[in-house]
Amino acid sequence: MLSFEEKVIPLDTWITGFIDWLVEGYRWFFQALKWPVEYTLSGVEQGLLAVPPLLVISIFAFLAWRVSGFKLAGFSVFSLVLIGLLGFWPETMITLAMVFSSVVFCAVVGVPLGIWAGRSDRFDKLLRPVLDAMQTTPAFVYLVPIVMLFSIGNVAGVLATIVFALPPLIRLTSLGIRQVHPELVEAALAFGATGWQVLLKVQIPLALPTIMAGLNQTIMMALSMVVIAALIGAGGLGAPVVLGLNTLDIGLATVGGLAIVLLAIILDRITQSMGINRTKENNR
Amino acid sequence: MEKIAIKNLFKVFGSNPEKGMELLREGKSKNEIYEQTGLTVGVQGASFTVNKGEIFVVMGLSGSGKSTLVRMLNRLIEPTSGEVLVDGADVLKMSKSELVKFRRSKTSMVFQSFALMPHQNVLENAAFGLELDGMERPDREARAMDALKQVGLEGWENAYPDELSGGMQQRVGLARGLAVDPDILLMDEAFSALDPLIRTEMQDELLKLQDRHERTIIFISHDLDEALRIGDRIAIMEGGRVVQVGSPEEILQNPADDYVRAFFRGVDPTGVISAGDIVRDTQPTVIWHTKQGGPRATLEMLNNRDREFAYVLDSERRFNGVVSVDSLRDAIDKGNGKSKLEHAFLSDAISVLESESLQDILPQVASHAWPIPVVDAQNVYRGVVSKNRFLRTLYRAENGAHFEQQAVEHPTSKCLKSPAFH
Repeated sequence: MLSFEEKVIPLDTWITGFIDWLVEGYRWFFQALKWPVEYTLSGVEQGLLAVPPLLVISIFAFLAWRVSGFKLAGFSVFSLVLIGLLGFWPETMITLAMVFSSVVFCAVVGVPLGIWAGRSDRFDKLLRPVLDAMQTTPAFVYLVPIVMLFSIGNVAGVLATIVFALPPLIRLTSLGIRQVHPELVEAALAFGATGWQVLLKVQIPLALPTIMAGLNQTIMMALSMVVIAALIGAGGLGAPVVLGLNTLDIGLATVGGLAIVLLAIILDRITQSMGINRTKENNR
Repeated sequence: MEKIAIKNLFKVFGSNPEKGMELLREGKSKNEIYEQTGLTVGVQGASFTVNKGEIFVVMGLSGSGKSTLVRMLNRLIEPTSGEVLVDGADVLKMSKSELVKFRRSKTSMVFQSFALMPHQNVLENAAFGLELDGMERPDREARAMDALKQVGLEGWENAYPDELSGGMQQRVGLARGLAVDPDILLMDEAFSALDPLIRTEMQDELLKLQDRHERTIIFISHDLDEALRIGDRIAIMEGGRVVQVGSPEEILQNPADDYVRAFFRGVDPTGVISAGDIVRDTQPTVIWHTKQGGPRATLEMLNNRDREFAYVLDSERRFNGVVSVDSLRDAIDKGNGKSKLEHAFLSDAISVLESESLQDILPQVASHAWPIPVVDAQNVYRGVVSKNRFLRTLYRAENGAHFEQQAVEHPTSKCLKSPAFH
C-alpha cells in the first residue's frame, strides 16, 4: 500500500550533495565561466558611469529619434532627466549595464541555439523541456546555487538574469526560422544554394523581424529580474527596492520601481521600433 | 538529341521505403501498399526521354506524382531507386558538391507559387541564382537586367515582389530562371496560379522565348489546354505511373488507355473554346453618323441583302448597337421623317468579349433572336456568333471533328493557337 507518510526518494539530499560536490571540485570552472561576463559588465558599467549623463541622454534621444521619431525622443529625455532628478542616475546606469550584458550574452548563445532548433526537429524536441524549466523554475530556486558557484554581486545577478531571459529569444528565433515558407527554401536549393547559403540568404533575413521581437522580450525579462538579482547582492535599481522592502520604506521602494518602469518603457519602445522598421524594409 | 533520360524511377514516401519497393515488386497496388504500411508511392517506374530543345509537358491530375517527378530531376526529392541521366551523367550518383554545381549550371526552376524572396527587390530576385554562384554584383546585375528585359519587366528592377501582380511576379520567377542561362528549365505548374488571360499571355511569352533561344523545358501542368498549346511532347501521369508519352497529335488520336481517353473527355469544350475562336464577320454593318448610316438607308440595305439585322459601329469600328428590319420600320413610322438610327436600337442587344468562353456567352446566344456581337477589349467589333455556329461548334467538338480546320476559315482569329479536339 502506498501511504506517502514517509519520504522514499531523498532527492533534496542528492541535489545538495551534487551542488556541494560541484562547488568543491569545479568551482574553478565556474569562476572561469564568470570571467567574460564580469569583463563585459564592468567595462560597460564603468563606461556608462564615466561619461556625463547629458551624453547618455543625448545618445538615447538620438537613437529614439532615428528609430521612431520626436515623440519617443522627447519621452526618453523626459524620463531620463526625471530619473536623474529622483537621485537614481548611478543605479540606472548599473542596471542598464547589467541588462545590456545579459542581453549580449543571451544573443550570443540564444540566436545560434534558436537557429539550430529551427532547423532540426530533434534538437528542438531536446531543447524544449530545458527552456520550459528555465522559464518556469522560480528564480529563488537557482539563486542559491548561483551564489554558491559564482559568489554574490552584479555578475551573479547577470547570470541569473541570463537563465531567465534566454528562453524567449531561443523560442522566437526558432519560430522565425520555421516560419520561413518552405517553398522559398526549396527555391534556394533548386538554384544551387548550400546549407549555409539557405541560412544566410533566406532564413535569417526573413526571420529577422521575429528574432528582433525575441530580443525585445529578452530585454523586458532582463529588466524584470533586476529586483530579484538585487537579492543576491547585485546593485542597480533593484537595490533601493529591496532596501525599501526590508525597511518598510514605501517611498524608496516606489521610486525605485518607477525608475525601472520608465527605463523599461524606453528600452521596449526603442527595440520594438527597430523590429518594425526592419519588417517594413523587408515587406515594402 | 537526347538531353534527359529517366529510367525506371521510383519514389516511395515514408520511413521505410525499401519495404514499399518490395511490395511494388510483388505487384501490390499503390492503395494496397498504403493500407498495409502507411507508405505513399509517389512515382512508380517512370521512364522516358526528353530531347534537347523541346518543351516536354508532364500532365496529370493532382496526386498523380508529376510534381514529385520533376523534383527528382534535380533531387529536391531524393528518388528511392532508378536513374536520372542528364547529358549522360547520372544525377543520382552525384556528391553533394557536384549536385550544387549541377543545380547552378544546368537547371533552374520556376514555381507555381512564384517563391520570390520577399526581402529582395526584382533585380536581386532575378540575380538570385547568380549570386549563389558567387558572381560579382555588377556582372550578375547586368545578366539579371538582361533576363528582366527578355520577360518584359524593364523599369521594375527596384520594385518589391509584393508590389507586383501575380503575372508580373511570375515573370520575375521566369527571369530568375533565365538569368542563370540553364540548359534545362523545370517549370512546376508555373502558370497555374494565374488567371486565364494572363496564363495564355505567359504561355505565348514562353513560346516566344523558346523561339529565340532553345532550351529543354520540362513543364508540369494539370491543364490539358496548356499542355496541348505549348507541349512538343506530352507525358500523361496517373497514380504515379507514366501512362503515355507522345506528341499531342499522337495522344489525341491514339489514347493509350481509358484513363487518357477520360482525361480528354473530361474537358468541357464550352469552357475551353472562346467566343473569339468561333467569331465570324458575316453580318452587315453600318457606320453610325454617316449618310449610309441613316435609318432609311440601313433599312434599304437590309432589304436589298435580304438580311434581318444590322450591326451599328462608329468610325473606329467600335460596337454601338444592333438594329433590325422591324425596329427600323417602327422608328421611321414614329419619327415622322426625323427619326435617327439610335431610335431603332434593340434595347437588350449586348456585346460579349472575344475572350469569354462559350459557357459564358451561352445565355446570350440562347435568349436572343439575332447573332450575338463579339468585341475585343477595346470594344472594337470582331463579328458575331450565331446560334447555328454555336451549336455546330459544340457538335464538332464533342464528336471529334478537328477544331483547327474550322479555324482556317477565319485566319485572323486566335484559334490557330487553340487546341485540337478529337
